[in-house]
Amino acid sequence: MIKAYNKIERIKGSIAQVKAEGVFLGELAQIKMKNGGSTLAEVISFDDDRVNLQIYQGTMGVSTGDQTRFLGKPMQVRFGDSLLGRVFNGSGDPIDDGPEVMEESVDIGGPSFNPARRIIPRRMVKTNIPMIDMFNTLVISQKIPIFSIPGEPYNELLARIASQTDADIIILGGMGLKYDDYEFFHQYFTNSGAMEKTCMFVHTASDPVVECLLVPDMALAVAEEFAIQDKDVLVLLTDMTAFADAGKEISISMEMVPSNRGYPGSLYSDLAARYEKAVDIDGSGSITLIAVTTMPGDDVTHPVPDNTGYITEGQFYLHNGVIDPFGSLSRLKQQVMGKVTREDHGDLANAMIRLYADAKKARDRESMGFRLSEWDQKLIKFSVMFEDKMMDLSVNLDIEDQLVLGWEILADCFEYNETGIKNEWIQKYGKWSK
Amino acid sequence: MASEKTTGIIVAAQGNLLTVKFTGVIRQNELVFVKTGGQSLKGEVIEINGNLAKVQVFEPTRGVRYGDTVEFDEELLSVELGPGLLQSVYDGLQNPLEDVAQEAGYFLPRGLYLSPLDREKKWAFTPSAEVGDTVERASYLGSVPEGVIEHKIMVPFRFEGKGTITEMKSAGDYTIEEEIAKIKDENGKVHSVTMSQKWPSKFPLRFGKRKYPDKPMTTGCRIIDGPFPVAKGGTFCTPGPFGAGKTVLQHQISKNAEAQVVIVVACGERAGEVVEILREFPLLDDPQTGKKLMDRTCIICNTSSMPVAARESSVYVGATIGEYYRQMGLDTLLLADSTSRWAQALREMSGRLEEIPGEEAFPAYLASRIAEFYERAGLVQNSSGDIGSLTMGGAVSPAGGNFEEPVTQATLAVVGCFMGLSRSRSDARRYPAIDPLISWSKYFDRFRETGDEELKTMVQIIHMAQQILIESDEIGKKMSVVGEEGISLDDIVLFLKGEFYDSVLLQQNAFDKVDTTCDVHRQLELAEVVGEVLDKKFSFDTRDDARSYFVDLTNEIIQWNYTAKGDSSFKQQKGAILERIREDK
Ligand SMILES: Nc1ncnc2c1ncn2[C@@H]1O[C@H](COP(=O)(O)OP(=O)(O)OP(=O)(O)O)[C@@H](O)[C@H]1O
Ligand SMILES: [Mg+2]
Repeated sequence: MIKAYNKIERIKGSIAQVKAEGVFLGELAQIKMKNGGSTLAEVISFDDDRVNLQIYQGTMGVSTGDQTRFLGKPMQVRFGDSLLGRVFNGSGDPIDDGPEVMEESVDIGGPSFNPARRIIPRRMVKTNIPMIDMFNTLVISQKIPIFSIPGEPYNELLARIASQTDADIIILGGMGLKYDDYEFFHQYFTNSGAMEKTCMFVHTASDPVVECLLVPDMALAVAEEFAIQDKDVLVLLTDMTAFADAGKEISISMEMVPSNRGYPGSLYSDLAARYEKAVDIDGSGSITLIAVTTMPGDDVTHPVPDNTGYITEGQFYLHNGVIDPFGSLSRLKQQVMGKVTREDHGDLANAMIRLYADAKKARDRESMGFRLSEWDQKLIKFSVMFEDKMMDLSVNLDIEDQLVLGWEILADCFEYNETGIKNEWIQKYGKWSK
Repeated sequence: MASEKTTGIIVAAQGNLLTVKFTGVIRQNELVFVKTGGQSLKGEVIEINGNLAKVQVFEPTRGVRYGDTVEFDEELLSVELGPGLLQSVYDGLQNPLEDVAQEAGYFLPRGLYLSPLDREKKWAFTPSAEVGDTVERASYLGSVPEGVIEHKIMVPFRFEGKGTITEMKSAGDYTIEEEIAKIKDENGKVHSVTMSQKWPSKFPLRFGKRKYPDKPMTTGCRIIDGPFPVAKGGTFCTPGPFGAGKTVLQHQISKNAEAQVVIVVACGERAGEVVEILREFPLLDDPQTGKKLMDRTCIICNTSSMPVAARESSVYVGATIGEYYRQMGLDTLLLADSTSRWAQALREMSGRLEEIPGEEAFPAYLASRIAEFYERAGLVQNSSGDIGSLTMGGAVSPAGGNFEEPVTQATLAVVGCFMGLSRSRSDARRYPAIDPLISWSKYFDRFRETGDEELKTMVQIIHMAQQILIESDEIGKKMSVVGEEGISLDDIVLFLKGEFYDSVLLQQNAFDKVDTTCDVHRQLELAEVVGEVLDKKFSFDTRDDARSYFVDLTNEIIQWNYTAKGDSSFKQQKGAILERIREDK
């Protein structure tokens, strides 16, 4: 039996209050507006018969005389193969002019994966981007953000990673996206042929703020279903800072005590609940999660990147259009480096990073006008080659070729005994003429 | 128990905080079960006002309805204690996760509570007390072998006053539910005793005399055992920014610490990190017993996406289990990663209760809760004369890596040892990234007065080394301002000595199979070599000479650190190093 109520008692922020009986937490309601439109809402609390509803489309224009119907079910998302190639908003409605999706519904924000059922991830995700594959190897089931200042090409990077991996399914969750960004992803995936295996949930900057909060849950609920069906799913979430800001806006309008720069005390748990959906299921599929976290003012200690860093398994720093070799770290790389990839991988990568760090110092000396030693000059030559051939984001090479290229650069710039790499690898893989 | 249970109905709900209207008698912190949609969810009474109780639910509350029934359980949130705790993996409410997986598959369902201990398994019991013996709570009645330890079966901790054993089972195999003894109390009432019992997790479990912790609990980690040692029964904390190496350090300690029982509490951190322990420990050898590491380990795992309220409970469950084994006279170690997540759980609930917030919205009682928690550590002599210890170490994850925040500060006020991890050290890949210039240990000075000669020598050398490190750091700072040219050769040498000590002794490679742990004897051997270098007056001709001398020496010693003690070249390497040190320079 669906119950309907014809009076709204209070409206504030994104919350409306109605008097109703027998409702449950998380129950979905539909508010029919005077102008003919309707919006979904969710029960977030009740006190006696006073029920607080969070209205997905915002309370703008909601009238005290609008009708509320409780639907007797929680928020759900449709799931099935027909989602592929499609685009939805944060409430799960199609926004691509396609037909309604007729599939089974699944609850969003479902329970957590049992840690006892997790396995140690050991499968590499190839991206053909040297700063990832070679130096910060991505692993199936990893959760990792791109830390970026606004304005960096983070969406381009995401799109490229997605198109170049061999994921079975790509789910994009867009939060606070500019319309142009949304179009960009759509075009890019269409052109690269990836759109057929992609499903998008998009909240644009002009959409209601509550829908922004729903996007990751929608995207991850769908990803989870695919993963259980033996699919390797890549989830892209951009921009998680917009997600956190939406949470902040709503919690402030609900008069919750903020903990740090206006963000609610639950920020860590809220982010972790989403990121921890990343998983490699024993004998089945997986979810790998790459997010974007824009850093206001390029400040890593800002609550959003800070809390994110405490949750994720490393981070890619995007600085001046390249992935910074110093701040970036894949915490899972040791699971695959030299084990799944060629044996010299780890040592070669470490040596190159160490030399690049030395080269930076040599460049500093150069810019201060000091006289450069022969070694300094070798280092500087190396750093230029390293930046052009490996750091540049347009470089596109298979990991095997990246390793070969690495050895070639070293041979071009140094004598074999100047690299600090163990002799065994130099003999086997080095590019110095014997 | 037979009496009708108090019940109530839900009249208000927000997040996992419910308001329940009840009739009858209830207690503060009593357990409740919320009956909703065919499920039964655990919760706890946290506030009582008239006929309304506020209840915090340990599970997601989606679907909870106005009018749903709530049953009050009379019991407080408790831990089940008995043989079989080791090797287990529990969530923050002591739900066994392996069994839950058997029952429910991939995901953690709500409201499924399984028995923490195996009820069918038989344990080989040997009595140590006899009929007619006078006993009191925590007296030994006998023991069962549990993996590597002798698990003592004790008189229930809730037993009041003195009692007399009126029946005692003979040696044999029993389950934890079978009666093994009968004890008559002072009022003539006879109590049936089994091998398991319950204890409310928020009450300290400690019977006996407290002792002053003055013996080291070695960790195999040189920077800890040297300058920042931890005492058996002591406390320490490891605050640090994300990625500084807190978890890697805790894992290292959990593998190599000189403890008989290790409890790892993964509190609100990544599930993936627990999995490494789960999958590796059953395969790794315990350096002390030769058995598997898992045999001495109990894991409490309430990771970041698991319910927040149960996260709060997880550290207490861990502490109670640690205290239980301490009561048997064992050395136990509890590691919690991260106590900040526990503090955040307190903050979330406090916010929902609309309490007046303190700094960064943490509740005003944060500091006292932290103090109470670490107070559960300690060295205790039980009534049988055995001395057991519970050592506790907590990781702290300060916002922005800034130690001037409430959780770090409240923790620093109560622990005996502070190992501060710094971003600059982890960026420079100087692992473990414990900053030797800001960290301290109150136990260091205690160990100076010890009767143990090895320890005394160690303390002396480290004391000198730390002084040199401080001077070296000063010189380093000066050098970055005026350049190397402005520094005297003597000062350069002093600077290099500090760097040398840092590189060969303080730093340690967690991922090298030999260097990852270093036993105390080896630490002393190394410290003596290092001490000789630091003591020596060098007379180098040039700065470059000095520099290349120390670079070579450092490399040689690092190679030596990577060499297993049993390796044939171990002695020879040491000989070459000593020769180099003793030649004229
Ligand atoms: N002793 C070590 N030796 C080598 N590498 C280390 C060491 N400690 C840490 N690392 C590196 O730093 C990474 C992060 O370490 P860890 O996970 O322990 O950080 P954390 O302080 O626990 O971070 P968080 O607060 O985010 O949990 C590791 O994945 C590893 O690459
Ligand atoms: Mg950690």
